[in-house]
Amino acid sequence: MAPLLKVQDLTTRFRTLDGVVHAVNGISYVLEEGEALGIVGESGCGKSVSVLSVMGLIPEPPGEIIAGQVLYQGQDLLKLDDEQMEHIRGREIAMVFQDPMTSLNPVLTIGRQISEPLIVHLGMGQEEAHRWTVDLLEKVGIPQAADRYRDYPHQFSGGMRQRVMIAMALACAPSILIADEPTTALDVTIQAQIVELVKDLRDQLGMAVIWITHDLGVIAGLAERVIVMYAGFIVERGHVDDIYANPRHPYTLALLKSLPRVDRTSGEKLATIDGLPPDLLGLPPGCPFAPRCEYVVERCVQENPVLEPVGPNREVACWVDVTTRRE
Amino acid sequence: METTITETPQYGLEALEAPPLSLRQLVWLRFRRHKMALAGAVMLILLILYATVGALFFTEAYGNITDTSIRLQAPSAEHPFGTDVVGRDLLARTIYGGQISLMIGLTAVLIVIIVGVLVGAISGYYGGWIDGVLMRFAEAMFNIPTIPLLLVLSKMLSDKVPTIELLGREFSGSVVVITAVIGLTSWMGLARLVRANFLSLKEQEFVTAARSIGASNFSIIFAHILPNTVAPIIVSATLGVANAIISEAYVSFLGVGVMPPTATWGNMLNGAYKYLETAPWTWIFPGSLIVLTVLSINFVGDGLRDALDPRALVE
Amino acid sequence: MSSNGVLVQVKGLKKHFPITRGILVQRQVGAVKAVDGVTFDIYRGETLGLVGESGCGKTTAGRTILQLYRPTAGQVTFDGTDLSTLKGEDLRRMRQRMQMIFQDPYASLNSRWTISRIIGEPLRVHKLASGQEQIERVQELLRIVRLNPRFVNRYPHEFSGGQRQRIGVARALASNPEFIICDEPISALDVSIQAQVVNLLEELQEQFGLTYLFIAHDLSMVRHICTRVAVMYLGQIVELAEKDELYDHPVHPYTQALLSAVPVPDPPLERKRKRVVLEGDVPSPVDPPPGCRFSTRCPVAEEMCSEEEPPWRDVGGGHFVACHKN
Repeated sequence: MAPLLKVQDLTTRFRTLDGVVHAVNGISYVLEEGEALGIVGESGCGKSVSVLSVMGLIPEPPGEIIAGQVLYQGQDLLKLDDEQMEHIRGREIAMVFQDPMTSLNPVLTIGRQISEPLIVHLGMGQEEAHRWTVDLLEKVGIPQAADRYRDYPHQFSGGMRQRVMIAMALACAPSILIADEPTTALDVTIQAQIVELVKDLRDQLGMAVIWITHDLGVIAGLAERVIVMYAGFIVERGHVDDIYANPRHPYTLALLKSLPRVDRTSGEKLATIDGLPPDLLGLPPGCPFAPRCEYVVERCVQENPVLEPVGPNREVACWVDVTTRRE
Repeated sequence: METTITETPQYGLEALEAPPLSLRQLVWLRFRRHKMALAGAVMLILLILYATVGALFFTEAYGNITDTSIRLQAPSAEHPFGTDVVGRDLLARTIYGGQISLMIGLTAVLIVIIVGVLVGAISGYYGGWIDGVLMRFAEAMFNIPTIPLLLVLSKMLSDKVPTIELLGREFSGSVVVITAVIGLTSWMGLARLVRANFLSLKEQEFVTAARSIGASNFSIIFAHILPNTVAPIIVSATLGVANAIISEAYVSFLGVGVMPPTATWGNMLNGAYKYLETAPWTWIFPGSLIVLTVLSINFVGDGLRDALDPRALVE
Repeated sequence: MSSNGVLVQVKGLKKHFPITRGILVQRQVGAVKAVDGVTFDIYRGETLGLVGESGCGKTTAGRTILQLYRPTAGQVTFDGTDLSTLKGEDLRRMRQRMQMIFQDPYASLNSRWTISRIIGEPLRVHKLASGQEQIERVQELLRIVRLNPRFVNRYPHEFSGGQRQRIGVARALASNPEFIICDEPISALDVSIQAQVVNLLEELQEQFGLTYLFIAHDLSMVRHICTRVAVMYLGQIVELAEKDELYDHPVHPYTQALLSAVPVPDPPLERKRKRVVLEGDVPSPVDPPPGCRFSTRCPVAEEMCSEEEPPWRDVGGGHFVACHKN
């Protein structure tokens, strides 16, 4: 069966005062129907820019998608004009952002904001949209939904606002929900609520989810497949259990080793990753992780490794086999 | 404390060999992109040169020589800007007048900065009743219409101050009075800006950090917070110079500002009032100089304001 | 661990921020009860963790202990001296012995100062070193935090977030303090940098015999670095115990919910886990619920819980809980 979303060689750059930022460097992946995909990486790795590129939300200038294809149900989204993309956004592919305070319009009631896609995309009348909206608010767990329809964003707490964002995103029952760090700014108990909510809704509606975060713990509980990004490249991907149990890229390995666990105490020092995050203004030739890698060999500094399969449904971009320290 | 330098990697600091642009360089780069601001800056430099270097060609006394036989002469080879109603050379007078006008502008702004920053800083930092009193006072002053106040104060005080000698020139005491009056009536806007900045900056973590170290209030106000509010002060000061020059021109034009024989562009206009059509050169030259100066200062001020915009200087 | 005696004693600490209204005259119409009766001891050489979610008052508690806010009620005793009795110069001198590391590596350093001036400030304020001696001491501090001393005259914006945190650490060490409050020191850093800074803090503690109050919301990191942990909710401490005891045998329902909400980077484990998912939001600190503050969201609350404030009970082995049950 053809995948729901197929991203091919997506490359995005930004022109800034300081130079050209190579935010996304030729990444490719697929998303099947109903699948939960996690994109993991630290700040600056390109995970947010890549999905903003998919959604056509990159400001041009200073941004520029200079290569690649984004095939949604066979259609290349990058070739669509603004008007055509507007039909897709919110209707087929919806997005939830990190900071609900800035993504919600503070001067409109949330009821109005949620009904908007219903009226615009689905052609509903006011009455029907109102009913649907209250229904949605209940579905996302907002108590006294009928009353809260008339409330403004500032009258909700952070967690509640995120639920409102999710309600807005799900209004038209999209096939893909993209969540860009939706719980990073929330407390851990609220985060748990939101994660459970998204999982429930996914079960109910059968939509695919792309969840972007730097939090390896959240991904472990939510994703089926995982993509690890670094400096705008995909460095590893595979099934979530496999990635966590057998990380094959030195970055993934080091990242997992550096995390303390809440369920056990280790007496030792945390493993660290030496050096600094990469400078996207001037990536060195070769592998972007080489300056910090403990498995580095000469080839790494000269040639940037490409993603190669190392098992069923499993790919790594590395010249060295971390299990044997050779290649 | 004994310390040993352990063999650890220096965490990428080698990459800092060429430091990124300093704040000053960044601001200059942004300023340069403003064509009008650059033009204004060039114009301003030319005007300053006119008033300073030009003085090498004429003495002030020359500009004060009256000779009614050549009164109201149109521009000629001997008097390139013509002569005024009592036969004085206008070119020389605009040069020396320029010095006064510019000097009043700069000095008045100095007063504005000192008073405005002090009031704003203390108000914003301490809050409470001090803030209340100072701000009510500033508001009261704000609400007094400046021109009438200027006029009244100048009239009352102009002739009470004796002439002073400075840098080889003699100034009528009215110069001091005008400078002081303009300065003391123009500080309120800056005080408000500075106060607003202090209100927000004092909540920043680096201020909390300074307090946790035990830094004194004085140190926090002047060494910590003030350097971070330099931008509005610079912009305000620049535009304040233009404002001061106009105010002086206004007041002198109305005859209650700087008193003759000391020339200023403003009081030259006063002398030209009756001869608007018959001897236009008497007002065209000083008038244009005022306009050019004020315009170029405004352009520079706009350019600075944009260049110093903190939103664009995110580090 | 606790054999060295108590360095900091906090008793019944309260910090309320008044809410005022009025045009000409400000009347107080209410208060944000950010910290509402907190009691604990900090022993020399230990790292006490103070955890809780946003609005629980942990940051306010830290600042009030350091007298950056003056307490509304209660007492803070540092090495036997009641800090609330100190003012002016005496308080300033005491500050030499207790310092703070801040959360935001961008906002906590004055962007107009060179890092030499920033790190040297405690030396100047407490007249510990001046001139050449000050410069040398600053360079030594940079070496201690693993930054190249060559860069003393650079400005904060030339450094990365992790490096700026180190500068903050160097500044906190400058006056040779005994006690450092770490207020969310790694929350703003990338994951791969957090471990670097935490390791540094641990080494410094060993090297200089420091006592830490570690305020954080990242429970995994707290488990790693702390010796004892206190959990806060709505301005009060609900549970306090030795680290392993708290994490492995939490007694308070809030602690249980909190711990179960923390995701673990272990997919099979995550799938199996039973989560205690709390309903609703944290109530407002302006108007906390009567009785036990947690009663409005507690999965096992009873009638008594919303009527009476729970007692602070000792359940053995230095483990304390504020709960009516068990």
